[in-house]
Amino acid sequence: MNRRFTPKVVTANRLREGDVVYLTADDRWSQLHNEAELIEDEAHAQLRLLHAAAQRRLVVGAYLADAKPGPNGPEPTHFREEFRTRGPSNYNHGKQADLAN
Amino acid sequence: MYSYSDFDEAFVRARVAQFSQQVGRRLDGSLSEDEFRPLRLMNGLYLQLHAYMLRVAIPYGTVSPRQMRQLALIADTWDKGYGHFTTRQNIQFNWPKLPDVPAILGALADVEMHAIQTSGNCVRNVTADHFAGAAADEVEDPRPYAELLRQWSTDHPEFQFLPRKFKIAITGSPNDRAVTRAHDIGLRMHRNAAGEPGFEVMVGGGLGRTPMIGITVREFLPVADLLPYVEAVLSIYNTLGRRDNKYKARIKITVHETGAEEITRMIEARFAELRPLFGGNDQKLLADIREAFAPPAFRNAPVDAYDAFYKADPVFRSWADTNLAAHRNAQYAIVTVSLKAHGATPGDASSDQMRVLADLAEKYGHSDLRVSHEQNVILPHVHKSDLPTLHATLFQAGLGTANVGLLSDIIACPGMDYCSLATARSIPVAQELATHFEALKLEHEIGPLKIKISGCINACGHHHVGHIGILGLDRAGVENYQITLGGDGTETAVIGDKTGPGFAYHEITPAIERILRAYLALRTEPSETFLQAYRRVGLEPFKAALYSSEGEKDAA
Repeated sequence: MNRRFTPKVVTANRLREGDVVYLTADDRWSQLHNEAELIEDEAHAQLRLLHAAAQRRLVVGAYLADAKPGPNGPEPTHFREEFRTRGPSNYNHGKQADLAN
Repeated sequence: MYSYSDFDEAFVRARVAQFSQQVGRRLDGSLSEDEFRPLRLMNGLYLQLHAYMLRVAIPYGTVSPRQMRQLALIADTWDKGYGHFTTRQNIQFNWPKLPDVPAILGALADVEMHAIQTSGNCVRNVTADHFAGAAADEVEDPRPYAELLRQWSTDHPEFQFLPRKFKIAITGSPNDRAVTRAHDIGLRMHRNAAGEPGFEVMVGGGLGRTPMIGITVREFLPVADLLPYVEAVLSIYNTLGRRDNKYKARIKITVHETGAEEITRMIEARFAELRPLFGGNDQKLLADIREAFAPPAFRNAPVDAYDAFYKADPVFRSWADTNLAAHRNAQYAIVTVSLKAHGATPGDASSDQMRVLADLAEKYGHSDLRVSHEQNVILPHVHKSDLPTLHATLFQAGLGTANVGLLSDIIACPGMDYCSLATARSIPVAQELATHFEALKLEHEIGPLKIKISGCINACGHHHVGHIGILGLDRAGVENYQITLGGDGTETAVIGDKTGPGFAYHEITPAIERILRAYLALRTEPSETFLQAYRRVGLEPFKAALYSSEGEKDAA
């Protein structure tokens, strides 16, 4: 019997900048979690992860992270992934600052 | 301080050139990440949660004004205008971009600094008492030995692929400010019956998943035997250490599994083999190194102005009472500059603050600066007559916080705000504790207290040896904080006791307040410190305060 598959997004860090990115359905790397492709099928998730891992000049450490659907696109379910969408809590640095500009 | 020899200079420059090419090959795709990762780690470059992080060694915590200014320049040019001082006397830059790292390493090499062996399964940065060469209680300045160990361990061919990382700490004082008992090798200087200086050698201490206090394998090691003895310890560890299981690979497990008696015997046997191979060149080198650590030319001048100012100015007095330590020259003081302004990130200094510290060290501090494992900066040699002016400048730069050794002088690892290993955040917990108790104006009443926070079980924040330790965990997808009490990182080192179930992020500050209110209520007199009170009454009264009042939180 199949356990229900928890939806996933493919996420990684960019090779040059090191910042967090998400794989979109049209094969872009977006800085926005809500632009990620929400993957609901396990086999498809593995294929997308392979696709990401092959882009070794662009990204580092691609992995599948749990996510859930939201009104504006996929949302993280775990606090670690939520922090990765923003940046540190002690300074206005990282994504929360970069994306505001 | 020690200056690079031609050999050091050539080695560091060669490594920068080598790593620059490796970065180039990674960027053009000829190296995969799997191939590149060990190469970047060998050079202190990590990939963290939001960005790369470069960890730069500050050997035995000693840094010159020129080096401090260069760190400020690096922070401004390639990072976000600040640096983070760590519990291993390193500085971390949290936002470098990969293509810039070769230039940063070049800028470090320009001031005799590098990031080599700040990661990987090798001998890491050798740490030392941050009051070395200045402390009134010191047997001998331990830094020449630390420098000797640094030179010996750097690129040592036998010890580049140890079972796991290896940390050495050294203190020249009976009062241990370097947490030597929680290191793979701890070295504590003392004198034998004949008055000769030597080391107590402790092996197998460490925090992390399996916290252990080191055992003494040699009560007294003559200083001339240091390198062959340390080499013997590493040699035994390299042979016996568990390479099959990362969590059992540290020497503390080797010591535990082998037994204190047997491992001591093996070390001594190996030492007997190695000792004759050291023909005396190490001692010649040590003699040269010693010259580089000659004490500064202390000024002889009256200290009346200091005494008068101390009586007259309450702000200065408060700072002097907490942030100064006894210097071996009675006209001098050791100044600890707090990097723990209430609400600030423990251990962070802005580039402007780094430059102020460099200027002050040159003007008033015999051009000497230290960073402590407690994430503060030390001016080890300041004449007392200069303290009022120095304090005024520090105050203007946001560096005048009078809290060293008090509640808000918290050690906190970067936690899940930066670190990819973390299971919870540390920094905001430290910030909240500091601001909360500042608002209550309680920290001076509470008195000496060491709170140490780690954001994961690896214990970079030394929580096991905090009087109050806080460990951040992930419990079913929620941040949860476990408390330990009664830990001690000094010469009377002990691992703290777990209180029981942990607390949620928003519950941790009230929980700490309950502990401290219980302490205030049960101490025999204000001079009985938290740690003394804990040793007298044990865990139970604190447990009762911590857990029984949970349901009455609103009434508290």
